[in-house]
Amino acid sequence: MIEATLKELSVQLANKDVSAVELATAYLARIDALNPALNALVTLDRERTLAAAAAADARRAAGDAHALTGVPLVHKDIFCQQGWKTGCGSKMLDNFVSPYSAHVVERCDAAGMVTLGRANMDEFAMGSSNENSFHGAVKNPWDTAAIPGGSSGGSAAAVAARLAPVATGTDTGGSIRQPASHCGITGIKPTYGVVSRFGMVAYASSLDQGGPLAQTAEDCALMLNVMAGFDKRDSTSVERAAEDYTRELDKPLAGLKVGLPREYFAEGLAPDVARVIEGAVAELKAQGAEVVEVSLPNTQLSIPAYYVIAPAEASANLSRFDGVRYGYRAPEYKDLVEMYEKTRAQGFGEEVKRRIMVGTYVLSHGYYDAYYLKAQKIRRLIANDFKAAFERCDVILGPVAPTAAFNIGEKSGDPVQMYLSDIYTLSVNLAGLPGMSVPAGFADNGRPIGLQIIGNYFSEAKMLNVAHRFQCATDWHRRAPAL
Amino acid sequence: MSLTHQDVARIAQLARIEVTDAQVEATLAQLNNIFGLIEQMQAVDTTGIEPMAHPQDVSLRLRDDVVTETDHREAYQAVAPQVEKGLFLVPKVIE
Repeated sequence: MIEATLKELSVQLANKDVSAVELATAYLARIDALNPALNALVTLDRERTLAAAAAADARRAAGDAHALTGVPLVHKDIFCQQGWKTGCGSKMLDNFVSPYSAHVVERCDAAGMVTLGRANMDEFAMGSSNENSFHGAVKNPWDTAAIPGGSSGGSAAAVAARLAPVATGTDTGGSIRQPASHCGITGIKPTYGVVSRFGMVAYASSLDQGGPLAQTAEDCALMLNVMAGFDKRDSTSVERAAEDYTRELDKPLAGLKVGLPREYFAEGLAPDVARVIEGAVAELKAQGAEVVEVSLPNTQLSIPAYYVIAPAEASANLSRFDGVRYGYRAPEYKDLVEMYEKTRAQGFGEEVKRRIMVGTYVLSHGYYDAYYLKAQKIRRLIANDFKAAFERCDVILGPVAPTAAFNIGEKSGDPVQMYLSDIYTLSVNLAGLPGMSVPAGFADNGRPIGLQIIGNYFSEAKMLNVAHRFQCATDWHRRAPAL
Repeated sequence: MSLTHQDVARIAQLARIEVTDAQVEATLAQLNNIFGLIEQMQAVDTTGIEPMAHPQDVSLRLRDDVVTETDHREAYQAVAPQVEKGLFLVPKVIE
């Protein structure tokens, strides 16, 4: 039952083959056994979990269940959850028990899903390796010497290790897709505005987007049905009719036009990753998809543009952590300014402080035009590249990351090297497009590799269709690490 | 472009993050590396390109000017570092 997908668990619960309490108990036992070595989850609350499971069973018995009532999940520690510590991977919020819940959490609670715990993450979602966590690094379940990816590294590792059938995550520059790729699971970042940011601790507000991580595309579709939806409390939530993201899953791929951006297969891509992606493309061709070459000429510029825009927005967002209303406050200070300076120096980790300082500088007097405005113009060029490419294809395929997961400690001393590994994911956030990662094979060293599927705005159902058809013909998503 | 020690001190002060003298050197080196990457942008001609602030070109929604929030003061102050009589306490700023 631990190996089951979200879809399978939903059926088992409906058939009364298993109860929500039995499921929660089994997963909690597995977490107790495996989490100490992985560090994927940072907060558990057995009593609360079992109470939620009992409530789900009562709801099933009363006959008013949602398809996912009683299904367990873990939330990335970035989503505020009433009564749970919401630490966001930071010492700054390590004492913060949220007095309210994020829209995403409310939606999952309303469906009757059962929270098993809270997933580790890079501090304030800033990182590509999950090494920037106050709680320490997360280990990749496939190889504990490897990073799981970041920032939703705990979410991805938890699903890969089958500590939960599904997890929530967020993606500002690749933070759902890259850990999903490195951990051999499926994850989707929807179009910007599809999932409400209300109660999601803000990093870079024009880029942040929540989404699910699960074993399969079908599970991601089911979960996106719960997570997505208009929320007036998020000023950039899009007002659209609710969609059923499972509606196109089984559609044949004959006639589908897939675009391969030549810049994604150029220098810098590891040969084993290229081999895996080419294999995946061949599988889709065998199902009738037609391949066209496209170009995204400004791809390389996504790195500098992102590392201006995201830190700029972060420096503004994180100014709220001042030691006054919530979170950490330094124990000693002589006046108000020193209280701020010591609180923030002690409460934030090194990468967060670096990004706040970069952001502060690029927004400071006299530099705004040279950096922030310039980056926003390049952002437009990147979005225009995609616009042109989508005139010629339905989805774009490529790698998620240039290599399989690197080793823990390999890049942590060199922020710029870490930033460069985000090359294939950043431009999707800058354009606001949906992107996903689907397990597609393994590197020469045995670590998983994901195929990235990028869709046009609001084409999640189409992307999930492509991913599902791929998974119907392959079993990469069924492979699990030996633990 | 290369930042100086004075720049780091000024940025730290604007960001309200204490950077000790011992940390200035390492911080300077890392920020300069990051700006080395960022400077790639300057080679691109962006004349006439409209800046893109946001993925969706929509205007902000307006709402009716009515009270929608209820009082959560106790719950919100329960997580504050220091409160007294319903007020958040900070070091004295006015003598």
